[in-house]
Amino acid sequence: MSECKISKDTPWQELTIGGNIYEAGNAMEFKTGDWRSVKPVFLSDKCKQCGLCFPVCPDDAIPVNKDQKREDFNYDYCKGCGVCSKVCPFGAIEMKEEGDE
Amino acid sequence: MSIRERLSGNEAAAIAMKQINPDVVAAFPITPSTEIPQYFSTFVNNGAVDTEFVAVESEHSAMSACVGAQAAGGRAMTATSANGLSYMWEMIYIASSMRLPIVMSLVNRAVSGPLNIHNDHSDAMGVRDAGWIMLFSENNQEAYDNLVMAHRIAEHKDVLLPLMVCQDGFITSHSIENIELIEDDKVKEFVGKYTPEHYLLNQKEPIAMGPLDLQAYLFEHKKQQADAMCKAKQVILDVAKDFEKMTGRKYSFFEEYKLEDAEIAIVCMNSTAGTTKFVVDELRAKGIKAGLLKLRVFRPFPAEEIAKALSHVKAVAVFDKADSLNAAGGALYTDVTSAMYVNKNQVPCINYIYGIGGRDTKANDIEAVFNDLQEIVKTGDIQNPYRYMGLRG
Repeated sequence: MSECKISKDTPWQELTIGGNIYEAGNAMEFKTGDWRSVKPVFLSDKCKQCGLCFPVCPDDAIPVNKDQKREDFNYDYCKGCGVCSKVCPFGAIEMKEEGDE
Repeated sequence: MSIRERLSGNEAAAIAMKQINPDVVAAFPITPSTEIPQYFSTFVNNGAVDTEFVAVESEHSAMSACVGAQAAGGRAMTATSANGLSYMWEMIYIASSMRLPIVMSLVNRAVSGPLNIHNDHSDAMGVRDAGWIMLFSENNQEAYDNLVMAHRIAEHKDVLLPLMVCQDGFITSHSIENIELIEDDKVKEFVGKYTPEHYLLNQKEPIAMGPLDLQAYLFEHKKQQADAMCKAKQVILDVAKDFEKMTGRKYSFFEEYKLEDAEIAIVCMNSTAGTTKFVVDELRAKGIKAGLLKLRVFRPFPAEEIAKALSHVKAVAVFDKADSLNAAGGALYTDVTSAMYVNKNQVPCINYIYGIGGRDTKANDIEAVFNDLQEIVKTGDIQNPYRYMGLRG
């Protein structure tokens, strides 16, 4: 049984002891985007694709495509820390209160 | 051939640890358990064991190091007493909830304050709900034997719980008695190799331990711990059977001393059982049917078995070497009475808090309790069930 496939309906007999996870790379299964209170908004027309934003993201929430260009945020994991916005030299990432738009 | 020796309880514990030869021992000195890591560190220095000895800066770190070592896939042991155990408190729960079969030697001492370094059971009673298996030892021999059996119980796949072996500070830890040691190779074979199914340093299986466990899961994980504690009962008996085959020494959940036909009985743990046996023998010589139930396995608590063993007596006194300060009675008393009630055994049962802070427990104190029990049998009148033995005033 894949341990990250457990759900809130899994009976106690079928859970691993101590909540151990016998698999690596499963942080993907845990969507932390709903922790966010402020949201980065990507302004693609201001972006020069300088590549400074995605290396500073603590959560890998800025996807980079095959052409080495950043795409819009992955809001499943972005916690809204705002580091990318601070590092952007062109004002292409604007922080907005969640639910403002 | 077993080896005849004369050792203190602390020496006996240290020698058991030497024969077990664990991967890691992390400990911090505290009276009266200090000698255990002290003796053990000389074994490490002399090359008698392969153990990594971690001289930590506190008991919190001692238990943390044991948790880390055991999670990594090693066998970890420690020793402590009283306030040392209090300082481990947080990690005591981490160890049991992460299902790490760490083995501890707990040399029982009063938890301060006011400051006291002598024996009672307030340290052990403080962690009775922490999910550790708790074995109590009347004398040096039992402290040694319990440690030899400890890993087989704790590491069993149905159990996977940490285990502490208790003995009375100074009374047994610092008293030299004759003891029968088992040969090194026999202990090694009996304890066996530690082969955890899952562990952190397994390159072939990267795992995460101790993750965030919120409302949807913690309840189920606690039920797993409770289930393991229930299953530990059979494992404890099975291991005792194997141990008896090797040594001829018989162990169970408790020892029944002249209890079979007893009319009045005392329930107690650790060294007081020795003094009680002396009193039982004296009373028996006078034709008084006194008996003793000496509890060895306090956690898991053998409720049904205790209720059955006491079902025929006419009055029982339970000794608690720690006061629960709950206006109702000590922990062992409330456990025993609850076991009796649930199993529909309405035997008059009284409690004596005794020996607090190392107060001597004398044969005449125990004899007076048996007299009280006889009086209760005669009159049926209990009055106050929450009593003190050896208290001034």
